[in-house]
Order: sequence, then structure tokens, then C-alpha cells
Amino acid sequence: MIKRDECLKSLVEKIAEDEIVVAAYTTAFDLVAIRPSPYNYISSGAMGLTSSHALGFALAWPDRRIILLDGDGSLLMNLGCLVTTATAAPKNLIHFVLENGTYEANGGHPIPGQDSASFSGMAKSAGYKNCYELSDIDAFENHIGSILQEEGPTFVTIKCEPGEIYPQDYRYMHSAKIRDEFAEAVKNF
Amino acid sequence: MTNINNKISTASETLSGSLVIKAVKESGVQTVLTVPDKTTASGLLRPIAADKNLQHVRVCKEDETIGISAALSYSGNRSLILIQYTGLLDSLNAIRAVAVDYEMPICMMVGLLGKEPGVLPTDSKRYGVKIIQPILDVMGIVHHVIETDDDISIIKPAINKAYETSSPVVLLIGRPPVAE
Repeated sequence: MIKRDECLKSLVEKIAEDEIVVAAYTTAFDLVAIRPSPYNYISSGAMGLTSSHALGFALAWPDRRIILLDGDGSLLMNLGCLVTTATAAPKNLIHFVLENGTYEANGGHPIPGQDSASFSGMAKSAGYKNCYELSDIDAFENHIGSILQEEGPTFVTIKCEPGEIYPQDYRYMHSAKIRDEFAEAVKNF
Repeated sequence: MTNINNKISTASETLSGSLVIKAVKESGVQTVLTVPDKTTASGLLRPIAADKNLQHVRVCKEDETIGISAALSYSGNRSLILIQYTGLLDSLNAIRAVAVDYEMPICMMVGLLGKEPGVLPTDSKRYGVKIIQPILDVMGIVHHVIETDDDISIIKPAINKAYETSSPVVLLIGRPPVAE
């Protein structure tokens, strides 16, 4: 298992300051604490749509790498996105799933398929170009650099557990301010 | 109350698919996100899929289109969602969250499968068709019925307004557009 905050800290060191990172729910709270940036796009309100937002950004800016930090519960609510994305085949999309086996933002109840579903297996079957599953921080550190350089769409399952708990300010997450800051940051892309 | 068309146009009794697509393009739409709908499958979706001047994305389920369209809008890429009313009903939470709460310019063209020609949607014998406009009213979403060629002039200003005001709009296709 990888501590989610350790994984995110390592990842943000390897990406550009102006790179769009799309995240949902608990991972989003971790992200904004670890990487406060107007280039973070927070998807909330309609669970599952994080991946669809990311596909939209990938299509909008095909020359910019889009990092998607999806949740396992979120992905289960929008599994069709795997086929939609694989068919659209954006070369610039890296779809991470932070798999903790629970609906962490909704009380920590287990997801269906907690011990049996393979998200990378589903992505591979859907047609993603590259699929990986990483379950310890050493493997993550060893492989993430080269994975980030590959032509996508790429799918990476991160077997994780919560690390440090960061503030969870839902009002800020849902605010127009956070979306306005993002819009301002990307307006000249 | 948002703007329900209170009457059905009668001067023309057909709806031209090519003229609808022309109006969509004139409104600056570059990308069309689709899940097939029997009402619009021949007259709109097939020619859109073949149109080299439109980016066409086939989507598995209608609520995905809401997220994709919202994200595209940040780049200035105008998109149109082409779905069936059943897909609209299935996507209500996505529309509520992204289009309404987050005030995004989500433009939906929605086929009213089974609506009787010349009959107002709210007067349809089809329960699913009958409830669409009241639901959109409750959600505060602007909507227009596109039933005949006389209604096509509504399309461009409706899409332009959605993007200018960053708000959703639904264009309800009241009869199968004629494929040309």
C-alpha cells in the first residue's frame, strides 16, 4: 500500500507548475494542500464525472498533458468513461486511480468489488494504450518518471491508503472562486 | 418560468437536418458529443459523424457529455450534446451540479422520441416526453422546442446566449429531422 500523500508529493515534484491536474473528493483535498495551484481542477457535485472532465481538457488542449486523479468509487460510477476515453484516445491523458477500496468521502464504506475488481484490467480491456498497477512507494518512484513520458492514454492504479489527513473544506471546493481561478489560469493556453 | 414555446410552428411541417446542422455550425460549435437517439439518428447524428468540420465524440452514457462539454468550454471550444430525452433524465444530477450549480454553458439538443408531430411536449401521451419541460422549468433551465424549419432560427441565438451567460440551454427536437 502507498500512503496517498506520499504518492501525491512525489508526483507533483515531477510535473510542471502549469500542468492541469484534475482531482475528486478526498484526493482533491490532499492535492490542494500539497500543491496549492490554480491549475488544479476540482471535480465535485456529480460523483463520477472527474474522468469526463479530464477527457474534455485532454481534447481541448491536445498538446498539454492532463493528469487525472480519479477515485475508485468515482470510477465505478462512470465505468463507461473507460471506453469513451480509450476510443477518443487522447495521447496526452494520464488517468490515475487512487484505489483505497472505499467510498472514503461518504463514510468509508467498502466499494463493490473491493477485493476482486481490477481497474487496470478494465482499462486494458477498454483499450487504454498503457496500463499499470503500483502498490508500493518504491515501485511508484522507480516507474512514475517513465510512465509520465509515455504517449497515452495511460492508466495507472495506485493501491493506496490515507496518509496525513488534510483539511476538508467543502465550501471552498464547491465555490465559484476556485473555478474562476482555474479559468483565469488557463485562459491563455 | 423559463421560456417554453407555447405553440408549435405550423407554417412548415418538416424539420431539415442539414439546416439544423448549419445553424449549429454558425453558432460556433466545434465539437459534438453524442449518444444515439432514434429521433435524430438519421437526420442529425449520421451527417454530423461524417462532417469533417466537426469534432465528433461518441460517448457511452449521457452524463459523461456534461463533464466533457464543461471542460471543453474552458478552452473556448464550443460543444453541443446530442442525446435522447431518456438520457437527459438519466443525467439530471450531472446537469444540476455542473450546468446549473456551477453555471456552465452546457448546450443540449435532445430528441423527444415518440412525441406526436404538431403536439406540444406537455400534451404528449408519452409520460417521459410530457414531463421534460416541467422538469427543466423546476431546474431553471432555458429550453426551446425545435419542431419545424420555422424554429431553426432559434438555435444560433440560444447557443450564443448560453455561452455569453455561461448557462445551460436545452433544444428539444420535436420530430425526426429529415436526412438530406
